[in-house]
Amino acid sequence: MSDSARAEISEVEKKRQRWRSRRGLLELDLVITRFLAQHYDALTPDQFAAYVELLDWPDNDLLDLVNEKCDVDAPHLAEIVAMLRRV
Amino acid sequence: MSVPVRHFDAVIVGAGGAGMRAALQLSEAGLKTAVLSKVFPTRSHTVAAQGGVSASLGNSEADHWHWHMYDTVKGSDWLGDQDAIEFMCREAPNVVVELEHFGMPFDRNEDGTIYQRPFGGHMSNFGEKPVRRACAAADRTGHAMLHALYQRNVRANTHFFVEWMALDLVRDSEGRVQGVVAMEMETSEIYVFQAKATLFATGGAGRIYSSSTNAFINTGDGLGMAARAGIPLEDMEFWQFHPTGVAGAGVLITEGVRGEGGILRNAQGERFMERYAPNAKDLASRDVVSRAMVTEINEGRGCGPAKDHVLLDITHLDPNVIMSKLPGIREISIKFAGVDPIKAPIPVVPTCHYQMGGIPTNYKGEVVVEDKVVEGFYAAGECACASVHGANRLGTNSLLDLLVFGKSSGNTMIDYIKSQPKSLPELATADVDRALARVARFDNQTSGVEVDAARSAMQRTMQAHCGVFRFKDMLQQGVTKILEVEEMVKKTFIHDKSKVWNTARVEALELENLIEVAKATMISANNRTESRGAHVRDDAPDTAETPNGRDDKNWLKHTLWYRDDNRLEYKPVNLKPLTVETIALKTRSY
Ligand SMILES: Cc1cc2nc3c(=O)[nH]c(=O)nc-3n(C[C@H](O)[C@H](O)[C@H](O)COP(=O)(O)OP(=O)(O)OC[C@H]3O[C@@H](n4cnc5c(N)ncnc54)[C@H](O)[C@@H]3O)c2cc1C
Repeated sequence: MSDSARAEISEVEKKRQRWRSRRGLLELDLVITRFLAQHYDALTPDQFAAYVELLDWPDNDLLDLVNEKCDVDAPHLAEIVAMLRRV
Repeated sequence: MSVPVRHFDAVIVGAGGAGMRAALQLSEAGLKTAVLSKVFPTRSHTVAAQGGVSASLGNSEADHWHWHMYDTVKGSDWLGDQDAIEFMCREAPNVVVELEHFGMPFDRNEDGTIYQRPFGGHMSNFGEKPVRRACAAADRTGHAMLHALYQRNVRANTHFFVEWMALDLVRDSEGRVQGVVAMEMETSEIYVFQAKATLFATGGAGRIYSSSTNAFINTGDGLGMAARAGIPLEDMEFWQFHPTGVAGAGVLITEGVRGEGGILRNAQGERFMERYAPNAKDLASRDVVSRAMVTEINEGRGCGPAKDHVLLDITHLDPNVIMSKLPGIREISIKFAGVDPIKAPIPVVPTCHYQMGGIPTNYKGEVVVEDKVVEGFYAAGECACASVHGANRLGTNSLLDLLVFGKSSGNTMIDYIKSQPKSLPELATADVDRALARVARFDNQTSGVEVDAARSAMQRTMQAHCGVFRFKDMLQQGVTKILEVEEMVKKTFIHDKSKVWNTARVEALELENLIEVAKATMISANNRTESRGAHVRDDAPDTAETPNGRDDKNWLKHTLWYRDDNRLEYKPVNLKPLTVETIALKTRSY
């Protein structure tokens, strides 16, 4: 990924989504805290967009996805889902 | 002071179950109602509730609100106010059926009625035998409740202010509440929300402990704001704990693990429950297990570098049993404890779950201080103390509390708003200035204590000195320590001074709320020298007059902590229900 591609994510948007990463379920808070620390600053615009899409999911569905209790048939989310499952 | 002011009939802080139930009442009555929330409403912590909501519908077998009332009083270890408890249990069937009509997808019986499941502490015929009283929507009761209430509120034109943080209460010179000062997180702009009636429904403050099941959002903001505005906090020594949460994370390990043969061990690898409960051992009741765990840690036999937890060992179990009988435990352990329980034991510690105390209210949702209603101020849900949970909450009574007292406070507010002159009075500015000064401090202060450092000092102090099982000397030291932590909090600073989405500032402001709750808890616990419900002390003697350490002669009373001088006062428990006879004092045993 080039630096110019990375620059496409605005700082404001990153800060907004950092706040939205606060969830209603402790388990998600814990997983996402690690995800933010390990990956957030290096996300590509596509990865970032996928993450933002997942943040719109209801907490319970997102946790089931992270815990591999369900899967999502959407190739554009696969990479971020894998990252969230691994952290 | 030059802060823009927005005007409403009612302003509600909090969009969890309690806040949205109240808002619905007000908006449907045609009143202009603002609801502020730090997060999108359906991500409020109510989403975490799985077990269900109780109501004596009697759909599966005979049940009665009076039996529910008995269970609740007993659960509260007689510290609950019996007028509020009667009110809640009588209203329960109405509010649950109402929620069903709002679109809540409850699990159903074949005949279409709401399905009810058994739950610990739910009994028929005044404690005789278990009864099915819990109503649930699969394992997503809280989530479904938030959705139903949110949709309904949108339809009723409730004005939501999402990602806004209330900072402080505004009171006039006579103490009447005029609204709140709030900050829009996106811009850091500060507004006053002025209203005829203000409701706090900000949820619990479980994050005062280092091990908590509560999401990060539960920072007790309503309690901090109330305390700074001179309102005392009631019964803050009472917190419900769960014996086994993953140490350092808080995620619960079900008690089923011990049921399947899990063994608790100390740093020496000893199966210490054999000493505390020679017969039941690891299957002893919750309080016995919690007490033993804390005693081990306190006496220096805890595990890990800080000797602050014990181990739950299932390495001797057949991996197939673990996988089939305890689904999810392996994943939780790997993910949150970093150990595979098939190969190594899981670090666990008693974990804070629910706050029984809060802002003192009556069953109408009015905030009451020294027998007088604080005009214009209401509270409901986990941040309030009505008090229906007393010294210990019965499972599923919390979601019920949200519905019943959300609705009743909404109704009380409607009456009050209608009794007021059409135009709002002139805004008092002293409290607004105080809120602005709190924010300005973080803009100006460039060195001091890091917020994370102060927060973890607070959490460690609370966990070590005021956990599930309490010791006199630890509490006394705890008071000194928490006051030291308060000094740290006063010196916190943040690096990021920007205006847009400054989450560091939000977290610094949240910590100023948490510390108020932590002080209230420690100081109240230190002074209550008996054991009652969830407040259990090593030094409270178990005698004929004080069975299990409960001392009704001296301590059948509510604690009130005042922030100004850390003063404690006490008020009597209301033992008089609304229409039935008092549920007489008895020793609590299950
Ligand atoms: C894991 C778990 C499981 C549970 N299961 C059950 C169960 O099965 N049955 C049961 O009865 N109870 C259960 N409980 C307890 C119950 O879920 C809570 O007590 C209840 O949901 C609290 O609801 P609330 O409306 O008071 O607050 P919350 O749902 O916590 O909502 C608080 C609201 O206030 C807002 N807020 C807070 N501070 C501010 C501020 N400064 N400015 C603006 N907005 C603010 C938040 O954004 C949020 O919208 C459970 C609790 C946990 C932790």
